[in-house]
Amino acid sequence: MSTAEITDERVARATSGPILGMVLFVASEAMFFATFFGAYFTIRAASPAWPPKGIPHLEIGIATVLTVILVSSSFVLQQGVRAIRRGDGRGLQAWLAGTLGLGISFLALQLYDYSQLGFGLKDGIFGTLFYVMTSLHMAHVFGGVVFLGLVFTQARTGQLSRSRHESLEAGAIYWHFVDVVWVGLYTVFYLLTPR
Amino acid sequence: MAVTQAPTRELTPEPRGRLLVWLTTTDHKKIGILYLVNSFSFFTVGGIFALLMRTELARPGQQLIGAHAYNELFTIHGTLMIFLVIFPILAGLGNYFVPLQIGALDMAFPRINALSFWLLPVGGLTILSGFLAKGGAAACGWTCYAPLNEQLGTGVDLWLAGLILVGTASILGAINFIVTILRMRAPGMTMMRLPVFVWGILATSLLVILATPVFTAGLIMLFADRRLGTSFFDPAHGGVALLWQNVFWFFGHPEVYMLILGAWGVVTEILSVFSGRPIFSYRGVVLSFLMITALSFTVWAHHMFATGAVELPFFSITTELISIPTGVLFFVWLGTLWKGKLRFEVPMLFALGFIALFLIGGIDGVWAASPAMDFAIHDTYWVVAHLHYVLFGGTLFGIMAGMYYWFPKMSGRMLSRKLGQWHFWLQFIGFNVTFFPMHILGLRGMPRRIADYAPDRGWSFLNLVSTIGAFLIAISLLIFFANVLTTLRKPRSAPADPWRANTLEWATSSPPPPHNFDALPAIHSGRPVYDARVAEAGPTDRGSR
Repeated sequence: MSTAEITDERVARATSGPILGMVLFVASEAMFFATFFGAYFTIRAASPAWPPKGIPHLEIGIATVLTVILVSSSFVLQQGVRAIRRGDGRGLQAWLAGTLGLGISFLALQLYDYSQLGFGLKDGIFGTLFYVMTSLHMAHVFGGVVFLGLVFTQARTGQLSRSRHESLEAGAIYWHFVDVVWVGLYTVFYLLTPR
Repeated sequence: MAVTQAPTRELTPEPRGRLLVWLTTTDHKKIGILYLVNSFSFFTVGGIFALLMRTELARPGQQLIGAHAYNELFTIHGTLMIFLVIFPILAGLGNYFVPLQIGALDMAFPRINALSFWLLPVGGLTILSGFLAKGGAAACGWTCYAPLNEQLGTGVDLWLAGLILVGTASILGAINFIVTILRMRAPGMTMMRLPVFVWGILATSLLVILATPVFTAGLIMLFADRRLGTSFFDPAHGGVALLWQNVFWFFGHPEVYMLILGAWGVVTEILSVFSGRPIFSYRGVVLSFLMITALSFTVWAHHMFATGAVELPFFSITTELISIPTGVLFFVWLGTLWKGKLRFEVPMLFALGFIALFLIGGIDGVWAASPAMDFAIHDTYWVVAHLHYVLFGGTLFGIMAGMYYWFPKMSGRMLSRKLGQWHFWLQFIGFNVTFFPMHILGLRGMPRRIADYAPDRGWSFLNLVSTIGAFLIAISLLIFFANVLTTLRKPRSAPADPWRANTLEWATSSPPPPHNFDALPAIHSGRPVYDARVAEAGPTDRGSR
């Protein structure tokens, strides 16, 4: 076997390295959020009433809009992934710009929602759980926007191609994960909280 | 012998200062050595703390340090030894030897590798900086239970910040290890030919990825409670104090296996090399590692039997179950030794010491898995004895075996055999003198984490014995450090394979070139270097079999 073959072997196998790395990272992030969900149910089970007294009930309207924004952004991003798999760099740019727009509007709308809620982080255990869990998720959305922003720059400068776009694939895995976590939060805080 | 030529061209044409080279390196071998230097530095600090505690406990009455300072010492001693010494030493050995053992050029993500190292000293110093804060360092024990953890001063915040950094470092490192092992193996290096040490690191990394983020989440909850006014662990505002213990131990018990799987790998390999026999059951080892990895997520609440809020039979049974794969490992080790031509080199001495001491620590564990027994010994010195038999008698002896085994590969120089023997015997005797009496002290009711005790309790003599043992250990470690430092000044003379070993790291020069291998032997089994040696010796000589 020759020198070239060893090097080739490494390059050929390295292609899926970043994606595998992202899958593992998402696994650890899943355990991170699972801990908070576990804490939520532990505390809820120990509480005499849920939601605790004195918490104004959460309006489901804005949260539903947030859910629609984030879930649709996943589909938009996946269209971008399909575009680059066909070798369509311009299509990718458009879909990525759409994803970023949806991500940023999610962040803006959620901050607005925070300002309307009428209870704060220090207002007992419900405030604790609601704000810590949703803001940690928000930080992850922000991280995803930054990551996909960098991928967008790569796409604009022509660094992504049909055969080489692991950064996008990895970013998409992360984005979908963040999306799923939001669906979990929406379910727990809006659908499963009695009115 | 079929060989492969790898590129010999150096990749760094630009000359740099020596210090800058070490500060900016992304070479897994240099990073591995940085891990070891960093860990042994923190080891010295943690060790001095231990000596201070033992000196205080040598006689009844307060002589040296006050009760609060004592609390700080045992907290930081435990935190450093677990998070900045034992785990990072294994990670450092993994960094150096996993790529070599699988025939790779480097880790999968070299720059992330450098990042995950550099977070460690920063995290460690953040924890230690608590001593400069008002109210001193964290003083709640390494487990830092609620509600005490909500009450103490700034030291706890620094402890939290440091541990979040160290945890992040280990998660990044674990991702790197897994991708490296799954994606960067040389041609012919199948999963079932991986050296057992690589399996140990792989299992450890799985645990880190799935358990460490749970701890990080808990640390963030605690930080929010302390500084942002939330109430996760505060029952007065609707929180649950016991939640901390559940979160902590859900991480904390897999953590115990993160601290030992790598050492099991080292010891298994060394026993095979120095008894000149293949591993008795390679599949048994791999399967045991994987079973332990899975089961370790089901046993956490055995640390919480005494809370009364735990399903006792369930956690007792799972804990007993996990001793089965551990027992399999013991039989594999004994089977490997059986009818071997044993060579009592220093690595072998430490590996045998490991078996003896880890057996005691393991049996202690089986005992403590019984709730009835646990209620009697919970929070006594018996627990201190158990955990040190596992982590010091177990892991640290395994680490020392690995240090003597791999030192020639890392430095190109053989450590002195004579000093190594002194080190082993003093550490082995000193260890037992220190920690065996703690079993008896615990059974006599001496609680752990106390700075003083009354003279009429019948604990004085054994405490004195234990303190003498601690200083024996200190002397043995001074011999080790002296051995390392004097050997490093000698010229490089170690051959590529001084031990007649089996795995790929011995197929390259000592120390290896920056690109790891000039030539890779053909890999047709789990022991490529043994195969090459036998092929070279010819059909008449049956090698070291």
